[in-house]
Amino acid sequence: MTGAAAKFAPGDRVRVLAHFPPGHIRTPWYCRGRTGEIERICGRFRNPEQLAYGHRDADREVLYRVGFASRALWPDHKGGKHDRVEIEIYEHWLEPMPGDAT
Amino acid sequence: MSGHEHAGAPAHPHHPPPRGPDGYEADPTRHHPPGPDLEDAPLAHHQVMQMAVTSLLIEKGIFSADDMRAQIERMDALTPARGARLVARAWSDDGFRRRLLADSKAAATELGMDIGPVPILVMENTPDTHNLVVCTLCSCYPRFLLGIPPDWYKSRSYRSRAVREPRRVLTEFGTEIDSERRIRVHDSTADMRYMVLPMRPSGTEGMSEEALADLVTRDSLIGVTEPHAG
Repeated sequence: MTGAAAKFAPGDRVRVLAHFPPGHIRTPWYCRGRTGEIERICGRFRNPEQLAYGHRDADREVLYRVGFASRALWPDHKGGKHDRVEIEIYEHWLEPMPGDAT
Repeated sequence: MSGHEHAGAPAHPHHPPPRGPDGYEADPTRHHPPGPDLEDAPLAHHQVMQMAVTSLLIEKGIFSADDMRAQIERMDALTPARGARLVARAWSDDGFRRRLLADSKAAATELGMDIGPVPILVMENTPDTHNLVVCTLCSCYPRFLLGIPPDWYKSRSYRSRAVREPRRVLTEFGTEIDSERRIRVHDSTADMRYMVLPMRPSGTEGMSEEALADLVTRDSLIGVTEPHAG
């Protein structure tokens, strides 16, 4: 099962959904609602949010690495101005930035 | 005291307690009062479940007890020395360095090394960038390459602070990263695993790959330290 083409490409600016559902979630709390940039496409992997509940045929979803400026994550960040955090995030957690073409 | 010995007095004052070969009393409780031990507590739910599932899998012949023992032995035999070998080769052979960064599994195969089924991304330190690896959600670590992670890697303190204030965390590990150098923290949240390719230290020109590998420690592969010559 290959599914549709990846929705985002490296360099695209994306926002992580500010959703807070219960259950097994791999999107860390600290990046929800924050804006970053696609660093690379990692490939397709079975959605761990379904796997965690015994769905062995979980959807194969596109997994991205998204880079965030540390200051975008924490406005009071005191490190270097170019410091960043890169996080693996599944496609269904990402939305395009308003105004950006996808 | 009405004829009773008072608490704490030896029961047989003329026969001192027996001593072990190290000179300490053979009864350790006299020096170390029994404290709580994890294994004294009743089994927790998941421990019972794990034992039940293990017995069922063995009973149904999915694998044998020896298969399981052998797999644990194989996993325990994996060490950071494997990562150090990859790094030493990358420092010595620029073509290998590029192949390692592009596809670590294929590159490791060139050295006859199987780094397992989980993709491992190698992140290269440069004069401009220092890489640091963490798993804020649990304790994801490139186990099939480097073996089991250090305890601190799994601690809540490291997991929460490595993303929030990496420079302070690094300082606590004795590592100062120049403020002009960018820090890239890799949060290992899903299906990738990470290894840092440190910079080759100065003063190592002409060293053999074996000698170079000795400079590469586990912590430098996680990014909390940088290797130094000698």
